[in-house]
Amino acid sequence: MREMIAFILMGIGVAFNLLGCIGLIRLPDLYNRLQASTKCVTLGTIFIMAGVLVYSGWNGVGIKALLTLVFILITAPTAAHALARGAHKSGVKLWEKSVCDKYEEEKK
Amino acid sequence: MKRFTLFLALFIIWLLLVYNRPYDTVAFKQNLFIGFLVSLFIGIYLGDLIPERVYKFYSPVRIFNFLIYLPVFFWYVILANLDVAYRVLHPRLPIRPGIVKVKTKIKSDTGRVALANSITLTPGTLSVDMEGDTIFVHWIYVRSEDVEEATKIIVERFERYLMKIFD
Repeated sequence: MREMIAFILMGIGVAFNLLGCIGLIRLPDLYNRLQASTKCVTLGTIFIMAGVLVYSGWNGVGIKALLTLVFILITAPTAAHALARGAHKSGVKLWEKSVCDKYEEEKK
Repeated sequence: MKRFTLFLALFIIWLLLVYNRPYDTVAFKQNLFIGFLVSLFIGIYLGDLIPERVYKFYSPVRIFNFLIYLPVFFWYVILANLDVAYRVLHPRLPIRPGIVKVKTKIKSDTGRVALANSITLTPGTLSVDMEGDTIFVHWIYVRSEDVEEATKIIVERFERYLMKIFD
């Protein structure tokens, strides 16, 4: 039973990671790609780690999975934020059909 | 107080990292001892790096509010993923991206960082930069370019929870 739950959790996680990768290919520019990959990969990895925790139980491996989960939840959005900001500062353009860029107006 | 908090956080993380059964081996006692010494050292020398007014984190009311915030946050994270899934798998790619400006009422730096991270993980938004109380947000489907409208849609769903935790 416990293995069953663990495998279902890991399956959901891998599915979300796959969606993130599809988004990485299909979306037009860096910022949109960053959106898809950050959200899906964070949740996907959280599900995989939760699966590991359920599978191995409350021992050394499970606790490390739990710690990894918490750190990914804190660091992944921060990394995405840093990448987006760095890209914008070094002049990566938004997609040509983008509606507005208040950040660009602010910098002038 | 700041130094003690850093020491406590480091030592708890270290304990979780070396957690292993059985407890009464020599290696486990060595780990415990070394971990205690190193956390104490780092806590004393680098305690100044963590935020001011750290006593806020010991308040039970704030911890209770944080526990209320967690399920709300996870609900929005899952919504965000279904949203991305819909946009990515749709054959015509329904996106209308742009960078908008929003304002926040949260005063403390830690609260603002938490807000920016929450915005990044929730439906269709990614925080790009923050200057004072202004956050620039990349929005995958811009519904309004107006500052106040955008603030209402993006920020307010978290602000009232985060205000109770950090301010």
